[in-house]
Amino acid sequence: MRFLAFLLALVLVSLLTVSSLVVGSNSIGIMQLLADPAAWDLLILSRIPRTVALLLCGMAMSVCGLIMQMLTQNRYVEPATAGAVQSAGLGILIITILWPAAPVLARMGFASFFSLLGTGLFLLILQRLSLRATLIVPLVGIMLGAVISAVTVFIAVRFDLLQSLAAWTSGDFSGVMKGRYELLWLVGALTLLTYFVADRFAVAGMGREFAVNLGLNYRRVMLLGMSIVAIVSGVVVVVIGALPFLGLIVPNIVSLILGDNVRRNIPWIALLGGGIVVACDLTGRLLVHPFEIPAGSILGVIGAVVFLFVILREQIYVRS
Amino acid sequence: MLFAPLARAGQFVATFTPLKRLVCFAAVLGLLAMLFMTVKLTGNMNYVLPRRGWMLATMLLVGIAAGVATVLFQTISNNRILTPAVMGFEALFVLIQTSVIFFMGADSSFYSSPLIRFVCESLIMTGFAVLLYRWLFAANTDLHRLLLVGLVFGILFTSLSNLMQRMLMPTEFDVLQGRLFARLTLPHPQLIMISALVVLVVCIIVWRMRYAFDVLALGRDAATGLGLNYRKTVTRILLLIAVLVSVSTALIGPLTFLGFMAAILAYQLAGSYQHRFVLPAAAILGVCFLAGGQLILEHVLSMAGALTVVIEFIGGSLFLLLLLKRGRL
Amino acid sequence: MIEVSQLNKFYGNKQVIKDVSFTLSAGGITSIIGPNGAGKSTLLSLISRLLPADSGSVRVDGMNVATTPGPQLAKRLSVLRQENHFVSRLTVKDLVSFGRYPYSQGRLTVEDHEKVNAAMAFLDLQVLQHRFLDQLSGGQRQRAFVAMVLCQETDYVLLDEPLNNLDMQHSVAMMKQIRRAADELQRTVVLVIHDINFAAAYSDRILAMKNGQLIFDGSPQTIMTPQVLEQVFNLPVQIEQINGQPVAVYYR
Repeated sequence: MRFLAFLLALVLVSLLTVSSLVVGSNSIGIMQLLADPAAWDLLILSRIPRTVALLLCGMAMSVCGLIMQMLTQNRYVEPATAGAVQSAGLGILIITILWPAAPVLARMGFASFFSLLGTGLFLLILQRLSLRATLIVPLVGIMLGAVISAVTVFIAVRFDLLQSLAAWTSGDFSGVMKGRYELLWLVGALTLLTYFVADRFAVAGMGREFAVNLGLNYRRVMLLGMSIVAIVSGVVVVVIGALPFLGLIVPNIVSLILGDNVRRNIPWIALLGGGIVVACDLTGRLLVHPFEIPAGSILGVIGAVVFLFVILREQIYVRS
Repeated sequence: MLFAPLARAGQFVATFTPLKRLVCFAAVLGLLAMLFMTVKLTGNMNYVLPRRGWMLATMLLVGIAAGVATVLFQTISNNRILTPAVMGFEALFVLIQTSVIFFMGADSSFYSSPLIRFVCESLIMTGFAVLLYRWLFAANTDLHRLLLVGLVFGILFTSLSNLMQRMLMPTEFDVLQGRLFARLTLPHPQLIMISALVVLVVCIIVWRMRYAFDVLALGRDAATGLGLNYRKTVTRILLLIAVLVSVSTALIGPLTFLGFMAAILAYQLAGSYQHRFVLPAAAILGVCFLAGGQLILEHVLSMAGALTVVIEFIGGSLFLLLLLKRGRL
Repeated sequence: MIEVSQLNKFYGNKQVIKDVSFTLSAGGITSIIGPNGAGKSTLLSLISRLLPADSGSVRVDGMNVATTPGPQLAKRLSVLRQENHFVSRLTVKDLVSFGRYPYSQGRLTVEDHEKVNAAMAFLDLQVLQHRFLDQLSGGQRQRAFVAMVLCQETDYVLLDEPLNNLDMQHSVAMMKQIRRAADELQRTVVLVIHDINFAAAYSDRILAMKNGQLIFDGSPQTIMTPQVLEQVFNLPVQIEQINGQPVAVYYR
């Protein structure tokens, strides 16, 4: 039954993927592919890379959300509500100022490094929090993100880079082309790795005392999780920009339906995450055709609405 | 070495009564205001003096609004670290500004009349706040949820603004950026006078309620037990906060951490928990930050336009430090 | 007189107070007992209008608590909940002074100051009056809060688990002071209390609750029987008479 459901979801996402290949400012039909070599070029140079990027980013950011939720033992945390994404943005800004011609790999490394610092700072603050009520943790994380953003904006204003900053951080897939997205395969590999070490994150998610009692090297798992989140956030922000709320809503929706078995949930989370991002990107391409709205912006609006719904729904649920 | 005289002065001030301390703050403010009006006074006096005067008036209004709004917000939310900005006000301001340019273009007649724009913005923001809180408080929402909902609304507004900003022409974006940052020199005198009237009315209402705030700070149950109509009072205070934040954002744009700094320092220095001392102290300190910061930026660092951004930067860092040090909200 | 009639309260679909009615005449100490989740604290909150009732009414000296203006009620009835957190850093005297708020709205008169001092004297707090609350022990802080509600000079004083987190010595001292408040100051005290033996030793009347219902109502002597307590707490209880005082034994 569950397998069938997964197959069905897989088919749905595949359909979305095919639409993503076909739809654009120039739509591509099968007839054209047979007749027109330029259509092939468009497909291989732009559409396929874009669609692959959409899927990889969606999967990776959703799974990152799950990892963050395990590490902080809190449902409402994801890379963007923990300062990781904002820190990556700051990293890109700083390397752009210091080394404008930096190669992509250096930018990525720098962004990931900053993202790691940001996540570390967040976890440090959490450790100091005497009262770790469920809703305080995301509050702190979002405030941390706001402060880091304030610093970033300050620097951007000083160096007249504000509009570039807005462009970097807005989750835009329109610039994805062959030769400019391949780093995302690394992100895909990390997502796969997460699947194989899922049980460790699950144990870590029960808390430090619990994990140590079961003989887990808690520090090492924390570090592993933080590194995965930081690298994924760094790469995704460099290549695409921020995908707000993805890591928050996808794992929550999945666990709402399937419960909390981490290893079993990861394929679902990856699939749903990829599907949502493809859908958002498609919407962005169709809404103001032939112009585009960045997928991240649409995700921000939809994600915020879903998140609001989750918070307020839970309140009704708790009281009834 | 440098801190020894400061520490001694601090010990001396520590013996002051709350009232004496307020007088001290006011004296510092007076000094700063005088410096602000007179330092490096060159050029045409008929132009420079009124210009500085209006700037000072703007700072006065914004400082008072930020300080008072933050202290009140912290009193009703029973914590000393969050600010009204958390509830998505600034983001809404940015959204309104962006929408105006997006839907009407950078040079529509609506846009060029600062007075109409100001009134509209204030009304929209106040209306939003009252609607949101009415709705949330009606559901008897607990505070953390309320704050989180506010934060997420802020993110929603930011996302919507980003969406529109992406579709603006670069020239329009420049105009927008000019409206959103360092607007200290921009406000229209007419606008300042109306704001002054609004702030004055709000302050009178706040002053008349000053003892109720002390009771409110004891928490919902204790305040109700002492005969306070909790819901009514909190709704009224939220309304006042909304008006104050609207005025301040409409005058000089988003400022998340000014009120935070003023309030934190006011709690430390006012020498009393009572709002009749804390509120004026926060208001005066808020103005001091603006005037002092502008003095230093303009004449020492020659970065005249960057005041709001610098305040965000310093305030934000202070916020994080405090969070790390205290370990709670 | 407190008249509670046909009170009902729901949390979502769960009914936490079911058709509770009783009358308390002025004077003495009344204790509300019952197992966890019986609705004791909810009942206290409903009586003191901290929570709105879904149906039924509470009248204090004929005034309906749902419709009477807050300040007027605050001069008749005071309430202390078990959790009291706030960020203001108050001294003992600051806190006790808040008890005069219903009368003076914050501007203390000479008479108010006298009453504040009297309340602090009643609870032996004068030496501590300039200490901050966060510098006090749990027992001292609890005394300061009780002083505040006594300072409110209300006929009715409602206390939600006043012995919470107090050790034996401080519990006994607290109960003695509450007893003195009832006897010497003629206050009508209503307590929510967990310890059945403390309730029996100091109360004039005991209300026993279970599953949101009032199931027993009577003097300590009539409540302190194995049959009644076993029905209230689902636990075999022996009653021993020690120095003419019924003591419940249920530990093993």
